[in-house]
Amino acid sequence: MTGLTAAQSTLADLSLALVYASLGCLLGAGVAFALTFARSVTPTQPVAVLVGAGTVGAPVDSAAEAAAESTGGPADRGRLPARIGMALTWLATVLLAIALVTRALSAGRAPWGNMYEFALAGAAAALIALLVVGYRRDVRWLGLWVVVPIALLLGLAVSVLYTESGPLVPALHSAWLVVHVGAAIVAFGAFTVGTAAALLMLIAQARPWFAARLPQAARLDALSYRCIAFAFPIWTFAVVAGAIWAESAWGRYWGWDPKETWSLIVWVLYAGYLHARVTAGWRGGRAAILAFLGYTAMVFNFFGVNILIPGLHSYSGL
Amino acid sequence: MASPPPSEPATPFALRQWLRWGWGQLTSMSTALLLLFALALAAVPGSLFPQRGASPLAVNEWLERNPQLGAVLDRLGMFDVFASAWFTAVYLLLLISIAGCVLPRLRVHLRALRTGPPPVPAQLDRLPCYVRHRPALDSAAGSAMAPAPGPAVIERAAGYLRGQRWRVQLSADGQGLSAEKGYARETGNLVFHAALLVLIVAVAAGALFGYRGQIIVREGRGFANTLTQYDLFNQGRLVRAGDLPPLSFTLEDFTAVFEREGTQRGSPRAFIADVLLRRTPASAPEPVRIEVNRPLRVGGTSVYLTGHGYAPVLAVRQVDGRLLHADATVFLPQDPVFTSTGVVKMPDAQPGLGLQGVLLPSAQFGAAGPVSVFPAADNPVLFLTAWEGDLGMDEGAPQNVYALDFTNLTQIGSTALRPGQVWTLPDGRTVAFVGLSQFASFQVADEPAAGWALAAAVVAMIGLLAGLFVRRRRIWLRLTPDGWEAGALSRTDAPGLADDLTALTAAVLGGNRQHRHPLEG
Repeated sequence: MTGLTAAQSTLADLSLALVYASLGCLLGAGVAFALTFARSVTPTQPVAVLVGAGTVGAPVDSAAEAAAESTGGPADRGRLPARIGMALTWLATVLLAIALVTRALSAGRAPWGNMYEFALAGAAAALIALLVVGYRRDVRWLGLWVVVPIALLLGLAVSVLYTESGPLVPALHSAWLVVHVGAAIVAFGAFTVGTAAALLMLIAQARPWFAARLPQAARLDALSYRCIAFAFPIWTFAVVAGAIWAESAWGRYWGWDPKETWSLIVWVLYAGYLHARVTAGWRGGRAAILAFLGYTAMVFNFFGVNILIPGLHSYSGL
Repeated sequence: MASPPPSEPATPFALRQWLRWGWGQLTSMSTALLLLFALALAAVPGSLFPQRGASPLAVNEWLERNPQLGAVLDRLGMFDVFASAWFTAVYLLLLISIAGCVLPRLRVHLRALRTGPPPVPAQLDRLPCYVRHRPALDSAAGSAMAPAPGPAVIERAAGYLRGQRWRVQLSADGQGLSAEKGYARETGNLVFHAALLVLIVAVAAGALFGYRGQIIVREGRGFANTLTQYDLFNQGRLVRAGDLPPLSFTLEDFTAVFEREGTQRGSPRAFIADVLLRRTPASAPEPVRIEVNRPLRVGGTSVYLTGHGYAPVLAVRQVDGRLLHADATVFLPQDPVFTSTGVVKMPDAQPGLGLQGVLLPSAQFGAAGPVSVFPAADNPVLFLTAWEGDLGMDEGAPQNVYALDFTNLTQIGSTALRPGQVWTLPDGRTVAFVGLSQFASFQVADEPAAGWALAAAVVAMIGLLAGLFVRRRRIWLRLTPDGWEAGALSRTDAPGLADDLTALTAAVLGGNRQHRHPLEG
C-alpha cells in the first residue's frame, strides 16, 4: 500500500482550493441575501379574490393559494442584491461540486468517507436543494437562512474537520458506503431547506416585523412540508440501508449504536412533524418546533455523536 | 369513586364508557405524537450512557468510576435502556396507538374502496376549486361553440375521467357524476403503518430467537460451534444450546495490511482471515476467506471478522530442559499501533511462574522509552516480567486470563526479547520468544427474523412513498339549467387541482379550445 501519487495530491490540493473559493462565494451570497432581506418588506395588500370569473370555463383555485402564488412574496426592492446572491449561490454550488469530484478522484472513492468530506457533501446537497426549490419559485427571502449556516458548515469543515485525502479503513470498504451515506447526505440537504422554512414560519408567528419580510405563513408551511416530505423517505432509506450494511459489517442489523439511535431519533421527530401537520392543535407552530428538534438531532448526530460519544461510527478522522 | 351496589346495571356501562374514552385518548393523534416525542426522548440516554448489550465492559468501568450515581442510574435502567421497562412501555403504547389508529382507518378505507366516491355535494361553488360553464353566455361573448346536450357532457366527462384512471360514479338521477383518484395514498399509509408493526415484531422475535457469540481464534487453531467455545455469548430467551449448527473451522492464516505512507500511516487497509471450514462434522474441509464486510454465511448462521491481534509464541523450560509451556498466547491490543499486553500462567511449575508481557510490534527506542510506531510486526520486541509464587488459581475462583493476581507473587526479573532470543531466569529456568503468530476475533450470529424485518422495511418504504406522494382528490360535475358546473377537492397539500379541472373542462368541450390557466395568465 502506498500513499497518494503526485497527481492525487495535486487533485486533493485543488479540491481544497475550490472549497475555499466556494466558501468565499457563499459569504458574498450571505451579504447579498442579508441586504435583500433587510430591504424587502411585503406591503400589506388585499388578497386578490378571483372567484366569480369562471364564466369562460377556467377553474379557480382557492383564494389563499392563488394569492400566495401570484404575489410571490416580498416586494421587489432589493432586486439587485438578490440577483447577486442567487448568482453567487450558483457559483458556490458549482465550485463545491467540482471540489467533491476532484476529491473523489484524488481518493479514488465516493467523496464521503470522513467527517470533512461528509460536511462538504452535505453543504453541497443543501445548496442544491435551495437551488432546486428556487428554480421555479422566488426563494430570495430564504437564501440568507440557508447560505449562512452552510457557509458556517464549510468553514468548520476546512478549519476543524479537514482530513487528508486517502483510502478508507476496511470497515468502510463497501458499496453501501455510496448508498447509505449518499442517501443521508441528500436527506440532510432537503431537511436543511425544509427546516429553515419551518423555523422562519415559527419566528414570523411571534414577530410581525419579521413576518413582513417573508411570504405568507401558508406558503412557508407548504414549502417546508414539501422539502421534509421529500427528505423523509430518503432518510428512512438511509437508515434501512445502514441496517443492511451493519448486518454484514458488524454482525447485527440494529445494535443501538449511538449513531443508529440518533438516526432513529431524527426519524421519529420528523415522523412527528409529518403527523403534526395534519393534527388539530399541532399544525403550524408545534409542527415547526418538531421539525427544528429533528434538525437539531440530525446535526448532533453528525457532530456530537462522532466527537463526544464513542461508538462504531467513529471514522471522523479527528 | 364511590362503589355502586353490584346490582346496579350502570357499572359495566360506565366502565365500558371509561374504556372507550381511554381507547379514544390512546389512539388519538395527539397521544401518538406525544408518544413519538417520548420515544425520541427515551432513546437519548441509551446513546449517552454505555449499554450492556453493546459494551458491557464500558458499563462496568462507568460503575466503578461512579459507584453511587451509577447504582441509581443502573436501577433506573440507564445502562440497558432499550430493554428497560419504561422504554418498552413507551413503544408498546405507541404500537397499540398505531394499531388502534390503523384498524378503524382500514375499515373506512375498505368501505370507500367498495362504495366509490360520495355523491355530488349541494353547493359545488363552495369547493376550493370550481368551474362553471354556461354555453349560452359563452356564445353571446363570441364563442362559436355549439352547446353540448346534458347527457353528452356527462358521457364525455365520465369517458375522459375513466381514461385517466379516475373512479367514476354516475348520479342516480343522471344529472351529475362523482369521481375520485389516488386511493393508493390511503392504501400506502395503511401499508406503511402495518409494515411498521410487522418490523417491530420481527425485531423482537430476532431478539428472542437469535444469538450472538464472540470467539478468539489463534492461527493454526480451530473453533467448533458449541457454547463452551465462546468467550462471550448472548442468546435470546428462547434459544437452547442444542440449537447451534455444528459448523467448525480452523484459522489457517490471518493478514492485516496497514497504510505505510502519508498522514494516515498506520490506518488499517485490509483484514483477511483464511479459514478451513467444515459445514458439518462429516463434510469435507473447504478453504474460505472471511473479511470485514464479507462474513461467512452457513445456513442462517453468519461468522464475522471483528478484530485481530498478536499472539507471541513462548517456550518455557525447566532447569533440566523439560518443557513447562510452549504455546501462543493471546495479547490484547491496547492502542492503534497494537501495543499489546498479556500474561502466561504456569501454576503447576515448581515454584509457580507467571509472565507478564508487553509486546511492541514495531518497537522504537526513543528518549521517552520504547514505543511501538506501527501496527504491523516490523520490529517486534517483547518486554517480559517474571513473577514467582502462588498464582492463586487453586481456589477455583474465576480469574481474568489477561491479568496476574500479584497477591502472593514476587518479581524475579524482567527483560526485552526479540524473536528467537532466550532469557534465562535467576533460578535457571529459560523463556524463549519463539516467534509471533496472530489471532483473529470472530462474531458468530444468527438473527432468525432478519429477513422478515428487511421485507417489512422495504414494504414500509413503498407504502411511505405512496402515502406521501400520491395525490388523492375528488371531482364532481353537475348539469345546471344553463350548462354545467364542476368542483374539485383535495385533502393533500400538493397543487394541481386546478390543472385537473382545466383538463376535464377541455375534454368536455371537445378539446378543441385552448384554456388558459387562471394563475398563469
